[in-house]
Amino acid sequence: MSDIESATESAIGKSPPRLEAAEKAAGTAIYSGDMELPGMLHAALLTSPYSHARILSYDVSAALALPGVKAVVTAEDISGGYIGLVCKDEKALAHGKVRYIGEPVAAVAARDEATARLAARLIEVEYEELPAATTVEQAMAEGAPVLHEDFADYTKIYQAPENEGNLLARAEAVMGRGVDGFDEADVIVEGTYEVGAQYHAYMEPVSVLAAFGPDGRVTVWSSTQSIFRTQANIHEGLGIPMGKIRCVAPRIGGGFGAKAEASGQLVTVMLAKKAGMPVRLVLTRDEDMTSMRARHPGTLRVKTGAKADGTLVAREMEVWLDAGAYADDSPAVMNLVLFYARGSYSIPHVRALGHAVYTNKLRLGAFRGFGNPQASFAAESQLDEIAEKLGIDPIELRIKNAIKAGEQWLGGQRITSCALVESLEKVRDASDWTRRREAAPGRKRGLGVAAMTHTSAFLSSGAIVRLQGDGSIILNVGAVDIGQGSDTALSQMCAAALGLDIEQVSFATPDTDSAPYNYGTNASRVTYTVGQAVHRAAMQVRAQLLEHAAAMLECSEGQLELRPGGRIGVDVEPPRNAEVSFADIAGRSLWAVGGPITGSGSYIPNDPPDPEHTKMTGFLGLDALSVLTFGAQVVEVEVDEVTGAVEVIEAWCAHDVGRAINPGAVESQIHGGFVQGQGYALCEEMLWEDGRLVNPSFMDYKFPGTLDTPDKIHAIILETPEKSHPFHVKGVGEPPLVGAAPAINNALSAATGLRLKQIPLTPERVLRGLLEKG
Amino acid sequence: MAKIHVTTTINGEPVEFLCEPQQTMLDVLRDELRLTGSKEGCATGDCGACSVTVGDRLVCSCLMLGAEAEGQEIETIEGMADGDTLHPLQQKFLEEAALQCGICTPGVLIAAKALLAKNPDPSESEVRYWLAGNLCRCTGYDKIIRAVMDCAADMRGA
Repeated sequence: MSDIESATESAIGKSPPRLEAAEKAAGTAIYSGDMELPGMLHAALLTSPYSHARILSYDVSAALALPGVKAVVTAEDISGGYIGLVCKDEKALAHGKVRYIGEPVAAVAARDEATARLAARLIEVEYEELPAATTVEQAMAEGAPVLHEDFADYTKIYQAPENEGNLLARAEAVMGRGVDGFDEADVIVEGTYEVGAQYHAYMEPVSVLAAFGPDGRVTVWSSTQSIFRTQANIHEGLGIPMGKIRCVAPRIGGGFGAKAEASGQLVTVMLAKKAGMPVRLVLTRDEDMTSMRARHPGTLRVKTGAKADGTLVAREMEVWLDAGAYADDSPAVMNLVLFYARGSYSIPHVRALGHAVYTNKLRLGAFRGFGNPQASFAAESQLDEIAEKLGIDPIELRIKNAIKAGEQWLGGQRITSCALVESLEKVRDASDWTRRREAAPGRKRGLGVAAMTHTSAFLSSGAIVRLQGDGSIILNVGAVDIGQGSDTALSQMCAAALGLDIEQVSFATPDTDSAPYNYGTNASRVTYTVGQAVHRAAMQVRAQLLEHAAAMLECSEGQLELRPGGRIGVDVEPPRNAEVSFADIAGRSLWAVGGPITGSGSYIPNDPPDPEHTKMTGFLGLDALSVLTFGAQVVEVEVDEVTGAVEVIEAWCAHDVGRAINPGAVESQIHGGFVQGQGYALCEEMLWEDGRLVNPSFMDYKFPGTLDTPDKIHAIILETPEKSHPFHVKGVGEPPLVGAAPAINNALSAATGLRLKQIPLTPERVLRGLLEKG
Repeated sequence: MAKIHVTTTINGEPVEFLCEPQQTMLDVLRDELRLTGSKEGCATGDCGACSVTVGDRLVCSCLMLGAEAEGQEIETIEGMADGDTLHPLQQKFLEEAALQCGICTPGVLIAAKALLAKNPDPSESEVRYWLAGNLCRCTGYDKIIRAVMDCAADMRGA
């Protein structure tokens, strides 16, 4: 395979401009909200003013009477069933009851947006207000109002708790001797940590355009992370056969997890069907913040036991996540908190117990890290408390206990490759870890560290590689690039497998009519998982190319070599000047022998948990999770003792990616992930009062800007080849976010001696802590 | 209410349009003139994705009324490249991977161009202050700041 290696060098490990960079820079890139069709109507939503109420009746007559209004829909127009990836408990619009303030209740399609919004306000809904439970404590209290009376009847793909109340999911994992393992500890630290709700704040609010064709099929262009999950949700929620639903992803303005499952697509399709005209829905920022999703707030009680020499022996974690009004991904997110409860360490005895609870507020769902940021904030903060108690350097403690390749993760899967120790050493050296930092009077400086592990192979993907008549390639995978650069990285892999330049590979727009199935852009899975399918499909094309070339050059396939730029030549002694181009071969296949050259690849990781290793109850199948990626971060902060403000001065982020297909894009993931994690750590929190979100705007919900981020975020890319992948890659989408909060919290402690257990670390909390500490 | 007739100049071209009195310049650009490069990230002037220049002023077009365009010279992202030739800032953003999802990019580029017109040799701190009104959720800003600094250096050398 020497030719593959040499060909690989041509397209991989380089950072060409991303495929769609020019159109984005020129302002010509087309997002769903930029699209317009002849006769297109505009949609507006009517949302719930109550946290919890029974819907008694609708009167849409005044709305329909308004000139320009073409359709009004309510739950009475829903033709399908429940939706939900792991627990089907939600419909296209609130039906029977409303369960949170901001929940869509009805929708209007009208000739312009202003008319649609006015008409939505004219819809009369009669409610009977019910007692609400807007916090986990209220929802779990004796006699609490029940959100889902039909919970037992919902279809679920996990072992759900049997209860008459609001407990949505409960799971437990026990490794080794579980909590009995604490008898081996010389030192035990226990604490309760609280994490806030973080809003994704993708810059493109949800937008959808739906249009029925004369053939009765509906096409849906929307801001989605998965055209296939969108298709499935429309099918299940509206009863339309899947073959009649075509979902397309134009350019997507960020997602970070929130656009993975259904958003405004179902209601837009309902309106388009009823009005018989194309309909576009574009949420305002306020609507997006009050009706989409956020990261789960929660409480984590964590206990860690260590021997006097720093060997970690036992960990217990008990988690309560606020799931909001609908299940969405909550049971899965809670499972993943437990999956990461042990941290990146060889702790022999573990018990992790998790709960997800329905409450009367916005559904909480998938968000970059998927449970890992919550687990890591608590566990990595606590590790520093252990280090302090034992008088061991925090990085030394982590290296001493670091998990290694070949060991088993919680659940029992074996670690394929691991650069955890190397990551920690890199950030230690790069940050000059032991050097004392001076700060101006009234300010204090300190460094903090965190390590992290994350998944990168998850669920199924396909790829189709087609040779065109001119010898170029079209790659079709149905995977959506939400801004992270996967179109480019996947094209680079395809080009490398065929010895082509990236310019010779075109990337097909994700479209359910033509693309092979792909689960979605989440779980840091695309580069690894879709990359596997791309390689398989490209190798099929390669085999056909070689077969043709052997016939055309009258030699055996073994005498052929793939030459850069789409040529195949004869490699014999003495050298024979004979070669054919991909275009020559395409011509032969299309007009003479063999037919069109197409390759198709499918992939799904399957790595079942080991019940002997970890006893697990209440979990979704973890079989689909495999291949873990490792990293470490050090941050330097400066704390203002007068205001309590924490400023991040510099950050060092070392992440193992197996092999960097596109180093520029990897750096971008590290920079962007770290800064999103910095926001989670310091300033971002959705706040509800009696179920009403009080900060639904970028004026009141602040995330980091240019003045908040450090001048230097050092992206340190480690490349420890992942042998299970043809290009040796691992994912890096989520890990850079995961370490930021604990590293910043640990740096705050190093700077001031103040150890907080609640994020965000707002100036108010820090100042109060400093004053109380004295 | 009667629509307002507005005569203005957009990207060097004379333009006339009718708008509602309450219609924002951003809505006029996107809905009436089909210039969809300017994006609505917030509609409250907090994110900068709708940035345009009016004369030599950098403004959030979501905070400006369409009627205020009367007699003005407006530049949007669509006017930044010269045909197929990208502006040096746009080119630098491509080369240095200073964009990801692309929603904030038009506003960032318009703002950066306005900065370099006033100050061809900005310090990093000046770039950060100038772009403080442009939110980006993807890049962490690092590559954006580098690209603007590098482009400024190139343009001074040119």
